[in-house]
Amino acid sequence: MRSGSVGALPRPGQTWAGWRRAAGTLWGVLQHDRFAFAGIVIYALFVLIALSAPLLTPYDPQQTIISGDQLMANRPPSRAYPLGTTNVGRDIFAQLVYGARPALAVGFVAAFFVALIGTSIGIVAGYYGGWLDAVLMRLADVAFGIPYLPFVIVLVAFLGPSLWNIVLTMALLLWKDTARVVRAQVLTLRERGFVEAARVLGSSPRRLMLVHLAPNVLPIALLYGSLAVGWAILTEASVSFLGFGDPARISWGYMLQDAYISQALSGGAYNWFIPPGVCIMLVVMAGYFISRGYEELLFPRLRRR
Amino acid sequence: MTRSSTRWIAQRLAQMLLVLWVVATLLFLIFRLMPGNPLAAYIDPNFTADQQQALIHEFGLDLPLWQQYLIFLRASAAGSMGQSFFYHAPVAQLVWEALPNTLILVLGAVIIAFLIGATAGAFLAWKRGTALETAGISLALAVRAAPEFWVGMILLAVFSFSLRWFPTSGTASPGAQYASLWRQLTSPDFLRHLALPLVTLVLYLQGLPLLLMRSNMLDVMEEEFIVMARMKGLPERRILLRHAARNALLPVVTAFALVVGYSLQGYVVVENVFSWPGLGRLLVKAVAAKDYPLAQGAFLLIAALAIFMNLAADLFYTWLDPRVSYAKR
Repeated sequence: MRSGSVGALPRPGQTWAGWRRAAGTLWGVLQHDRFAFAGIVIYALFVLIALSAPLLTPYDPQQTIISGDQLMANRPPSRAYPLGTTNVGRDIFAQLVYGARPALAVGFVAAFFVALIGTSIGIVAGYYGGWLDAVLMRLADVAFGIPYLPFVIVLVAFLGPSLWNIVLTMALLLWKDTARVVRAQVLTLRERGFVEAARVLGSSPRRLMLVHLAPNVLPIALLYGSLAVGWAILTEASVSFLGFGDPARISWGYMLQDAYISQALSGGAYNWFIPPGVCIMLVVMAGYFISRGYEELLFPRLRRR
Repeated sequence: MTRSSTRWIAQRLAQMLLVLWVVATLLFLIFRLMPGNPLAAYIDPNFTADQQQALIHEFGLDLPLWQQYLIFLRASAAGSMGQSFFYHAPVAQLVWEALPNTLILVLGAVIIAFLIGATAGAFLAWKRGTALETAGISLALAVRAAPEFWVGMILLAVFSFSLRWFPTSGTASPGAQYASLWRQLTSPDFLRHLALPLVTLVLYLQGLPLLLMRSNMLDVMEEEFIVMARMKGLPERRILLRHAARNALLPVVTAFALVVGYSLQGYVVVENVFSWPGLGRLLVKAVAAKDYPLAQGAFLLIAALAIFMNLAADLFYTWLDPRVSYAKR
């Protein structure tokens, strides 16, 4: 990373001033970058859908709909069932809107922990250096060598299929990229005047890391965090598709698995398996869009394009 | 080969073995520290008492944990990974049978994805600022964001079930036998089976080389030797292909290792969509059937494959670009 790019970032001052200024800069990016703005709009839309799911559909996603004494199975899209029904008579639209809940929960919680763990390890390794740095970076090498999805599958199968076990295994492996980049950034920040000045004035290492270093690596943490949202949602969908998902929650991945094993493909039930994939794609793309905005903040050279 | 390069390769090999050892140890701990009887993880309750005794003895399951660990390491290093409950066959045999199928799929997809991605990236850089570029980039990004198993499902529904152009699963029609690997790879039946999983994986992998190539091209196009070539009045096509693309290509090749890593995430899922009998499908089946020895063996080989491919990619680009110094990496 070029140290010059840091110049665009706020300089820390008092305890909270650094954090406030960092937040201001990040907000500015969202306002000025069309792509980042589009990403935020997509997220907001899905959050809204997830929260207002009971208002959008009268059906429960697990409920088998019986009309008269007839099971409403394999219905094509109609006014009563906007996306039709599954082979056991569940409303696909209801599954789709309720499915936003586990997807967003996994995405945001996993991304938060990935960014938090990665940033903490990166700052500590970069600031202290020495043996601590060496140990932490070898740990990152090992995390890099472990095949990610197979590891999640094996661990989730042993720990039990729950949403939070999927989040846990993701946090265990995905911190490495954030940690490496944050560390590199801290290595250059450490040598700069304001950190030196704070040290001379007697700041404790903890205060140095929290007040002076952390706000300056916030954009990187957010960049990797917004990418991790997409990764986490994709991973949850993959794990559910392979049959190791949380059976108590209907997620988009579960819907796709359900469609796959219920012969929706040979039956040509596009109304069943197209919508969940589109939703996953949109949320992952929103993550890409937002990260693009932060990339431009971090690497101003890109701004021309 | 110089002395420093030999030393660098030896260092990388040592590092690779270290990571493999840590992964194997983690696996050992996960499998042994599971709740319940540790024997349950290794011994199929349907085995006869004699068979159970023999296996308990083979794995040293009646010994303390540290001795079990040594036995496990020795057996893994020797390539012996126990007996599969589900298939009633040695794990080593099952994973070695699945490996070629995975290799053909992954290597084929990575190479094709790079060829297509680099070409399309160069083309989009050339068309910079046009509606075509915007559309192309949006499409590449959308495909990259789509879950690969979902893309596979759509291809399967359209081209296999609806149009009936391609078979729906497996590597061969029933009864197919091949005299050699080459015969298999060139047989129309095998290629028809390979087509859809391969296309799915290529679509999943094309994004990175495409975006990288495009941004490198934009960089290179501003360099002085390109301006010079323009001033000399060379045709645009020649500048693009002979001067710009050549120089933009190298960083794309260095991303090879990264893409190989990504493909790992992809092939496990894609193999399951198309019932392609590779390592990913074997792992998922083993975990679903609680076939622990097989799950452990498949996972170890998947990890070894990823680490080895990373090393191979590293070696490949130090060979391509001698400026990448051995000492610094």
